[in-house]
Amino acid sequence: MNRELKRVSVVVLMMFVALFVASSAIQVGYADALGNDPRNTRAINDSYNVQRGSIIVDGKAIAESRPSDDRYKYQRVYTNGELYSSVTGYLSSVTGAATGIESAMNQELSGTSASDFFTRLKNTFTGKHPQGNSVELTIDPVAQRAAFEALGNLQGSVVVEEVKTGRILAMVSKPDYDPNQLAVHDYSAYLKAYQQLESQDGSPLVNKAITDLNPPGSTFKPVVTSAALSSGKYTKDSTFPNPSSYQLPGTSTVIHNDTGAACSGGSKGKVSIEMAQIWSCNIPFAELGLKVGSDAIKKQAEAYGWGHQFEIPMTVSTSQYPGYDDPAEVAQSAFGQQSDRATALQICMDSAAIANGGVVMEPNLVESVITPDLQKQQQFSPTEYGRATSESVAKTVTQMMVRGVNEGTGTNARINGVSVAGKTGTAQNGEGDPYTLWFTGFAPADNPDIAISVVVEDGGGLGQSGTGNSVAAPIARTVLEAVLNE
Amino acid sequence: MAESTRTGFVGTMTSVVPRIRMPRRLRNLELGLLVFAFAIDVAAEVLVQLGTKGQIDGSLAFYGIALGVLAFGLHITLRFTAPDADPFILPIATVLNGIGIAEIYRIDIHKAASGWDAASVRQIVWTAIAIVCAIVVLVVVRNHRMLQRYTYLSGLLSLVLVFIPLLPVIGTKNESAKVWIQIGPLNFQPGEIAKITLAVFFAGYLVQRRESLAAVGTRFLGVTFPRARDLGPIAVIWLMTLAVILFERDLGTGLLYFGLFLAVIYVATGRTSWALMGVAALVGGAFAVDWLSSVLPKLGYVHGRFENWLHPFSQHQYDSVGGSGQLVQGLFGLAHGGLLGTGLGQGQPYITPVADSDYIVASIGEELGLIGLFAILGLYMIFVARAFRIGFASEDDFGKLLAVGLGFVVALQTFVVIGGITRVIPVTGLTAPFLAAGGSSLVANWVISALLLRLSDTVRNQPRQAS
Repeated sequence: MNRELKRVSVVVLMMFVALFVASSAIQVGYADALGNDPRNTRAINDSYNVQRGSIIVDGKAIAESRPSDDRYKYQRVYTNGELYSSVTGYLSSVTGAATGIESAMNQELSGTSASDFFTRLKNTFTGKHPQGNSVELTIDPVAQRAAFEALGNLQGSVVVEEVKTGRILAMVSKPDYDPNQLAVHDYSAYLKAYQQLESQDGSPLVNKAITDLNPPGSTFKPVVTSAALSSGKYTKDSTFPNPSSYQLPGTSTVIHNDTGAACSGGSKGKVSIEMAQIWSCNIPFAELGLKVGSDAIKKQAEAYGWGHQFEIPMTVSTSQYPGYDDPAEVAQSAFGQQSDRATALQICMDSAAIANGGVVMEPNLVESVITPDLQKQQQFSPTEYGRATSESVAKTVTQMMVRGVNEGTGTNARINGVSVAGKTGTAQNGEGDPYTLWFTGFAPADNPDIAISVVVEDGGGLGQSGTGNSVAAPIARTVLEAVLNE
Repeated sequence: MAESTRTGFVGTMTSVVPRIRMPRRLRNLELGLLVFAFAIDVAAEVLVQLGTKGQIDGSLAFYGIALGVLAFGLHITLRFTAPDADPFILPIATVLNGIGIAEIYRIDIHKAASGWDAASVRQIVWTAIAIVCAIVVLVVVRNHRMLQRYTYLSGLLSLVLVFIPLLPVIGTKNESAKVWIQIGPLNFQPGEIAKITLAVFFAGYLVQRRESLAAVGTRFLGVTFPRARDLGPIAVIWLMTLAVILFERDLGTGLLYFGLFLAVIYVATGRTSWALMGVAALVGGAFAVDWLSSVLPKLGYVHGRFENWLHPFSQHQYDSVGGSGQLVQGLFGLAHGGLLGTGLGQGQPYITPVADSDYIVASIGEELGLIGLFAILGLYMIFVARAFRIGFASEDDFGKLLAVGLGFVVALQTFVVIGGITRVIPVTGLTAPFLAAGGSSLVANWVISALLLRLSDTVRNQPRQAS
């Protein structure tokens, strides 16, 4: 009988092995998948018991969790909520929904990231209640407030970036909202606030600086200029015919410069690339674009970061220069129309790269992650995305942008005593639709420190009568001045 | 002088060493392990209080001490009545029982249940009753062979125990399975006790008939079938299992009886073909029942269990009444615990329905993690291995078959319960031995422990054959 008993023992052993394997699969192998099932409420419930880390700007908490005596244990409080709403986003306790840094840095803030494994292990043994890490941002409160106030009640966004590092110093999106009203613990109050914000004109809950894709208009011209100069076939003095109207090849469509006349600064029926950019003339750029070609423009744009999805750590909409076959489309795409679309952040990065001698830096919002016992768990270090142009091309484009502000279409961005490089944009959206008004640039032009982009959507309330110089450039100037005077 | 006294003392010791020293060493080992087991149990209680309330209070101290006294009482009983008994069985039962109480207590704290409403308090009282029963068994059953005399009585008793819940007066319907009886304030599941009486019956019956079962029979299709008169009682058991599944709507218990029967008859007769046929009949029967359930509404629950097992995450199955919601929540709990667990009192096992009985393993897996679950599985494995060890060592066939039967029933029940929770097999609704809230299960498993202790003592005392 012992032979049979031995076999029964083997069967029993196999039964136990099956249990060991199955429990390992559930508790380790598929644990993440099971944890992410929307029907699994344990992780959400757990997050209520964790004192979530703060979001810090310049040493001060702009979002923090304070003890509360209802079922959520902690109340999320946003200080200067409206000012920072585009950066922090919001965290709703009642639904678990989150946006902005609250969402992108959730694992760090809630202390559940892989780096917190040993802390959690320690807490398991010490019985200490878990606490999240704090996230310190790169935001400069002076730049943020200046941008917030300068943009006023206009719909749009402002991004300020440190050119040498890619640190984002300001990111404002308007209309803003108060995240505190979404952090309430009462479900019906939350729902009321949420529905009101959802239906409000201008979509306040959307961070336009990284989400909205607008036609870049003339702010795309420095990219095309870079492509032309980099090809080696053109210099800033290369000239193109300078008519007052231009029929797009293969179509009956006629385009004009913004002035309706031939480009200023031209002579003898010719105009240089430099003058075309300074005076932001569409016709010479259409001609240039056709010469340089869609592929070269696309390649140049992608070297600036177009076509790439950045994470700052929020996911940024991918700016698009799709590439065109039809010559009429290529011509229009060279001054930022057709299907060209860009985020304010990408346009700011274009300027920052030119300012930085042609090197594109990875944009980033997070300076460091600090554990509850004040250890730096992660520290931001500047990372190069790649080189967009040679240093000499960047220098030449810079000179054009400086002249554009000093004498061309960007005069409203001039600052006394500081050399500002810049490019305006007044982009068409469709027959009769309000323009998108842009300004991008950097200062000081001789020793660049900060780059900026301003985008005003919905024509700044002026329909088709506003321009980048009249609406966006003054905002940029105010912000640049505020930051440079710090 | 002192020297000579000491020498004299050692001399006396030496003369009795061969008889006494060995068992004393076993019992001392048991005592050491028991103290360790009790320390783990107390630590678990304390951690539950810290995890849920953030402080320690003495609310369960009296009960804890009472249980400690009883477990040590059982140890003392062994010193007198079964000094050669296996030293691992009692500590394993104690530590599992204690961890179970801690986890049940943890769920009670969440429910804010206290007094007799608290499952943990009832569990402690039942543990006391169960340990007293174990002591009684050890005192009364001085030699396991006396049980062989009651073979047919055990068989009859099994039938009574199995079918008593179907009687209208004392039978109660609990969670759709008709396996409970109510006497006064106590709910009891007599089918749990039937595990033991059936093991005794199988062992006794097969010892008598194994020769004729193994040797005599008609060959048909390459398989030797037993004679009808040998088959009779076996057929009764088979019908009984079916009846349990059909009328009491208890898939797990039916499966358990049938598995016990298969294991013991295989060890007794060595007929591999029968064992394979039995397993085939079980698997085929399961699918047949699944198919039949569309015809017979009585079996609808079996079909549901199958659907839950195969498609637990489908929203339809998750939402339907008696659907996979509980299974899926149990899986979520286990996954939430991960490798290390949330810590006792710090998880959310209470989200899963009946987290303190049918799903206590999911609760423990959530709070103690995979590591804790492995430890529990390891303890069950050692328990079963000790039982089988008795079976291997036993010189008399009755003792051998009884040890195998009792060990296998614990192994199979563990597999069926934890396998159901971890989706190895469909959920069947059994309780994890020693851990889960439920008095009848506790009494049955402690009595099984007592019988195994008795068997191991006898096995060690039997004259060894040269091997």
